[in-house]
Amino acid sequence: MFGYLYQEWKGTIMYQSFLIKYGEIGVKGKNRFIFENMLVSQIGHALKPVDGEFEVRKEQGRIYVEAASEYDYEETVEALKRVFGIVGFCPVIQVMDEGFDKLAEDVIHYLDNAYPDKHFTFKVNARRARKNYPMDSMEINAALGEKILEAFPETSVDVHEPQIVVSVEIRSQINIYSEEIPGPGGMPVGSNGKGMLLLSGGIDSPVAGYLIAKRGVSLEATYFHAPPYTSERAKQKVVDLAKIVARYSGPIKLNVVNFTDIQLYIYEQCPHEELTIIMRRYMMKIAEHFAEESKCLGLITGESIGQVASQTMQSLAATNAVCNMPVYRPLIGFDKQEIVEVSEKIGTYETSIQPFEDCCTIFVAKHPVTKPNLKVIMRSEENLSEKIDELVKEAIETVEVIQVEA
Amino acid sequence: MEAYLDNSATTQCSKRACELMVELLTQDYGNPSSLHMKGVEAERYIKEAKTKIAKTLKVTENEIVFTSGGTESNNLAILGSAMANKRAGMHLITTSIEHPSVGNPMAYLEEQGFTVTYLPVDKDGILSLDALREVVTEETILVSLMHVNNEIGAIEPIEEAIKIIKEKNPKTLIHVDAIQSYGKLRIYPKRMGIDLLSVSGHKIHGPKGSGFLYIREKTKIKPILFGGGQQKGVRSGTENVPAIAGLGEAAAEIHENFEENVEHLYRLKEVFAEGVGNLEGVAINGRSGRDSAPHIVSVSFAGVRSEVLLHDLEERGIYVSAGSACSSNTKKKVSATLENMGLKKEIAESTVRFSFSVHTSMEEINYVLSELPGILELRRKYTRH
Repeated sequence: MFGYLYQEWKGTIMYQSFLIKYGEIGVKGKNRFIFENMLVSQIGHALKPVDGEFEVRKEQGRIYVEAASEYDYEETVEALKRVFGIVGFCPVIQVMDEGFDKLAEDVIHYLDNAYPDKHFTFKVNARRARKNYPMDSMEINAALGEKILEAFPETSVDVHEPQIVVSVEIRSQINIYSEEIPGPGGMPVGSNGKGMLLLSGGIDSPVAGYLIAKRGVSLEATYFHAPPYTSERAKQKVVDLAKIVARYSGPIKLNVVNFTDIQLYIYEQCPHEELTIIMRRYMMKIAEHFAEESKCLGLITGESIGQVASQTMQSLAATNAVCNMPVYRPLIGFDKQEIVEVSEKIGTYETSIQPFEDCCTIFVAKHPVTKPNLKVIMRSEENLSEKIDELVKEAIETVEVIQVEA
Repeated sequence: MEAYLDNSATTQCSKRACELMVELLTQDYGNPSSLHMKGVEAERYIKEAKTKIAKTLKVTENEIVFTSGGTESNNLAILGSAMANKRAGMHLITTSIEHPSVGNPMAYLEEQGFTVTYLPVDKDGILSLDALREVVTEETILVSLMHVNNEIGAIEPIEEAIKIIKEKNPKTLIHVDAIQSYGKLRIYPKRMGIDLLSVSGHKIHGPKGSGFLYIREKTKIKPILFGGGQQKGVRSGTENVPAIAGLGEAAAEIHENFEENVEHLYRLKEVFAEGVGNLEGVAINGRSGRDSAPHIVSVSFAGVRSEVLLHDLEERGIYVSAGSACSSNTKKKVSATLENMGLKKEIAESTVRFSFSVHTSMEEINYVLSELPGILELRRKYTRH
């Protein structure tokens, strides 16, 4: 009925579908189909807010995203670029099979629109999934190559290192594509369990969450706020950051813990230089409690060796000592500038640098310990024995849970 | 209990103004420039608003130009008069405690080649008349003074200042930023010798996005917005009729029972100042009682950061402003007003502004006074070592 399934609009090409390429998950043996299903579901999730309707299909070891209505191309590409597990994706046009001559015409038409400058080398890569097509792959490659050279004499064939690979897949209909947009790589979220991210309003922790999510881990998060020392805006900032991370990781359950009383109690009872370390130890304990409750397999922090007093090897050891769960620190070997670069890339930087957390500085000692001795710290913590359990319990009971979606 | 004591930031819109605005948004929504009935109707609302406002200032209707608010009024007054009069001279004068909507246009004009003199203030935030006398010259085309300071409520001696200016150079234009004073103090531009006067709607229970600039007849001014030539070309753009009507209504309303309302504010202030004054480690900034504005009290609480105190009060339903934003050690964000009054950084960072409106009740004041001692005791327990 229709010669073209795609339309042209103002000279741009309307792609009807995307071919999704995934690398790493392809080699996972028997688990492969689980990973593929995860990826299909993650893609579906990522496309939900996009203007348009889509069908995500698995077909003969490939994943296709097919537009079931008119859709916003740019938004779709942006959404797919954020789905972990996608190595790359190709915008595809689909035409009906109306004989080889018509196919050649369509391919030439497509190339004409897609590449205004015809000075390129190419090869045709045909794939005959429908075996009743009258020509085999090699024949199609040769015949199409010839037609393209005829239409665009500036082009030339290079079968070894072509600039453009023109893929033609003969199925019930015919898919034509040549461009591959890089995806983020990694593994589909949910394929590797769940982790508890300690999220502050800073630059590092959102990046840490992103990097772990990239390995297929879904996220939950805990934020410690200290009203009136930190403001409602500081909390909103953390929610905003979680929202940005959730674009990649999927929905995040955010636990907001009121930490003020614990902080003040430590401030009252313990040496001032040890405040930060002891505080962090309690934060880890509380985060671990929520992590166990929701079956997380580890804690995630944005720490990097030596960045601040509480992140020296000694400090990290002292903080680490309270946890039973493994603590994942994906930024451990990153320089600040490297962290900033990732945070700019994923879009959290601008939010992270909003200056709301300043009031907490009243608790920071001028010269905090940089080489805490675990025994000394634990002796200081004995001063807390009277009330601390009760305060921790209260902090846990009064947690505010926010479901954050992108 | 809730106590909204941030009325210098913004006020609740009056019911009368709201009702009128709804009518204008839904029924009489015409464009005043349209030739048909709907347009004529809309134009009539603007005229009515002008009449109401002109009456409060004892000026004529054609001397009122509507703007999008205080910032635009100040920008139009300063940039517009500087551009129109630059052949007469390139010198401007203002004070060192102005709102940024005066300070920043001035800084912009400096970039454009004008010279700006910033008058110093004393410890109470009052501008120095002696300094003023020294700096007015033949070249001075504009002096811009705020009537009431937004942070501490200081009333500036504008009448004396204008006398001094006019003696030295009768041609110098006088702009007064009356955004915090209109509706609280009587202002009569003609009698006082004011050429330009800025007012904002949402500080007087009118809508946000509304305001006006009084421009004395025959004052030379150039527009800062260019377009369809509305409002005699001084301020192009389709008039925001609902906001204008709401502003007119709010202006009229706040001037009904004027003396009574001001008396109410002063009584609130006296009770509040006395109560706060009895607390330990507290200082009220600027002049006290009736020597400063009726609706603003600036208080420094030694040893307590203003932003922390603000959140403490917020938890109890009390809304105020921090005199100076709490900031980390590296970034300095102390308010210019407090700094120029000579307040130390720690004091400036412990300063909170309480500001009242006619709707503020004595119960609210007493509520705040009853909550403060506990908060101060708690916060002072935890101070930086």
